[in-house]
Amino acid sequence: MTALDGNEMVLNMGPQHPSTHGVLRIVLKLDGERVKSTDCIIGYLHRGVEKIAENRTYTQFAPYVDRMDYLAAVSNGLGYCLAVEKLLNAVATPRAQAVRVILTELNRIASHLLWLGTHALDIGAITPLFYTLREREAVLKIFENYCGARLTTHAFRIGGLQYELYEGFEREVESFCGQFLGKVDEYEELLSGNRIWRERLRGVGVIDAATCKQYGVTGPVLRAAGVGWDLRKAQPYSGYEQYEFDVPVRTSGDTLDRYFVRLDEMRESVRIIRQAVANIPAGPIMAKVPKVIKPAVGEAYVSIEAPKGELGYFIVSDGTTQPYRLRVRPPSFVNLQALGHMAQGALVADVVAIIGTIDIVLGEVDR
Amino acid sequence: MKRFLRRFLLLDLLEGLWVTFRHQSPDQIATEQYPSERPAVSERYRGAPRLNVHPETQETLCISCNLCAVACPENLIVVGSVRNPETKRKDLVHFTYDLSRCMFCGLCEDACPVDALELTQDFELASYTREGLIWDRQALEEGPRPTQYRQ
Ligand code: SF4
Ligand code: SF4
Repeated sequence: MTALDGNEMVLNMGPQHPSTHGVLRIVLKLDGERVKSTDCIIGYLHRGVEKIAENRTYTQFAPYVDRMDYLAAVSNGLGYCLAVEKLLNAVATPRAQAVRVILTELNRIASHLLWLGTHALDIGAITPLFYTLREREAVLKIFENYCGARLTTHAFRIGGLQYELYEGFEREVESFCGQFLGKVDEYEELLSGNRIWRERLRGVGVIDAATCKQYGVTGPVLRAAGVGWDLRKAQPYSGYEQYEFDVPVRTSGDTLDRYFVRLDEMRESVRIIRQAVANIPAGPIMAKVPKVIKPAVGEAYVSIEAPKGELGYFIVSDGTTQPYRLRVRPPSFVNLQALGHMAQGALVADVVAIIGTIDIVLGEVDR
Repeated sequence: MKRFLRRFLLLDLLEGLWVTFRHQSPDQIATEQYPSERPAVSERYRGAPRLNVHPETQETLCISCNLCAVACPENLIVVGSVRNPETKRKDLVHFTYDLSRCMFCGLCEDACPVDALELTQDFELASYTREGLIWDRQALEEGPRPTQYRQ
């Protein structure tokens, strides 16, 4: 760090700061209230997940991916299973694919709900948190009924699913979708119309499309900057090409637009879930994969659109039952890099808003 | 003019307040009064493990095949058995399950060929000591024995 001049002050934000959403430490260099530079110090939650993968069989490693982005465990599981399936040249059965889509979209809603609640809380609106958590509870209940766990679900297996759908799954999902759209409108009523909320977020943490691309930023942050890049559309996986949905795009790339993008994404997710739940194909839930998973020598990269952006799994196989190397491309980690750019020249209070709007999960940043 | 009125009367804030107000009605309460109100966990819930015994003979269902121990990513299950020369089968001697390291992934349960090991709906697993979380065969078959403290 370079020497400070007389007006500058260094402030440590975190690792125990409530609005860093985990244990992130940011060294802020301040000139009065203005942020001159930010320095993220990460690694407090490092568990060496990639190294653990090298010592587990392919089946055994599946529960660990849930613990990276624990708010979107289902998406993580999907990405990992798709990557191993690609190594094995296997494809999940149509029934398994449809269920996977339903659960990952529900998880997107759950993840965005938690983001909305905590983001609003950081900024000072406490009420939405209670409402969003209540709706998230309904999603988690569906997960619990389906696979027996709420957060670290381990819902998918390589080649398909472990559990058959339970009695009343379709009804439960449909009733959730039915009432959820009204709830999103309620959040809008609470926040979108609120002048304090709008003025507080407009023009804060602006990032343009070109900068996003330079940093490799993906997900809602990129789409709020005007780039309609969504892997579900760009390179469909797990049968996403069958469903009709739009990719919400906004142009100004500020915190307010990212808020709108995520709200619209929740509505689009409901659209996808409704189409998928209406016709879940019959048939087996598990494709023909060997009991002991031993892919041929080779490598595979699969990326999916997780709630936070592009989530990629790169696996190198040396022909044994354990991966030779596994690398995760975590969206939170890559998106967090843009913090420095977005917070440049912002006020200290805006840093809180900017961290919230990137939507990071430290479990995934540190892995 | 309309915009001015909206601003002046704080209408946008009142709209939000109206949402809050609507939630005052008692049927909107979402809080669960745990522990007096028990949460209804789902049938497939993955909670405390149990080693099933035959309902009539009270003999363990486990055939000491060790598959659960092999399947576990955390290597926390230890199955001890001796070969019975009469029946030519393995008899279960001890079975330890270290709950403190378990992540309730369910892989052991899936691996068991005779459904002897099962993750049940019991979710209250707190213990005063780490050792209290290492369950032996008796605890797995009969349920945990919580520490009792006299007042
Ligand atoms: S639930 Fe998972 S971690 Fe726990 S004992 Fe079974 S296989 Fe091991
Ligand atoms: S897999 Fe089942 S039968 Fe085999 S040792 Fe474990 S509990 Fe016993």
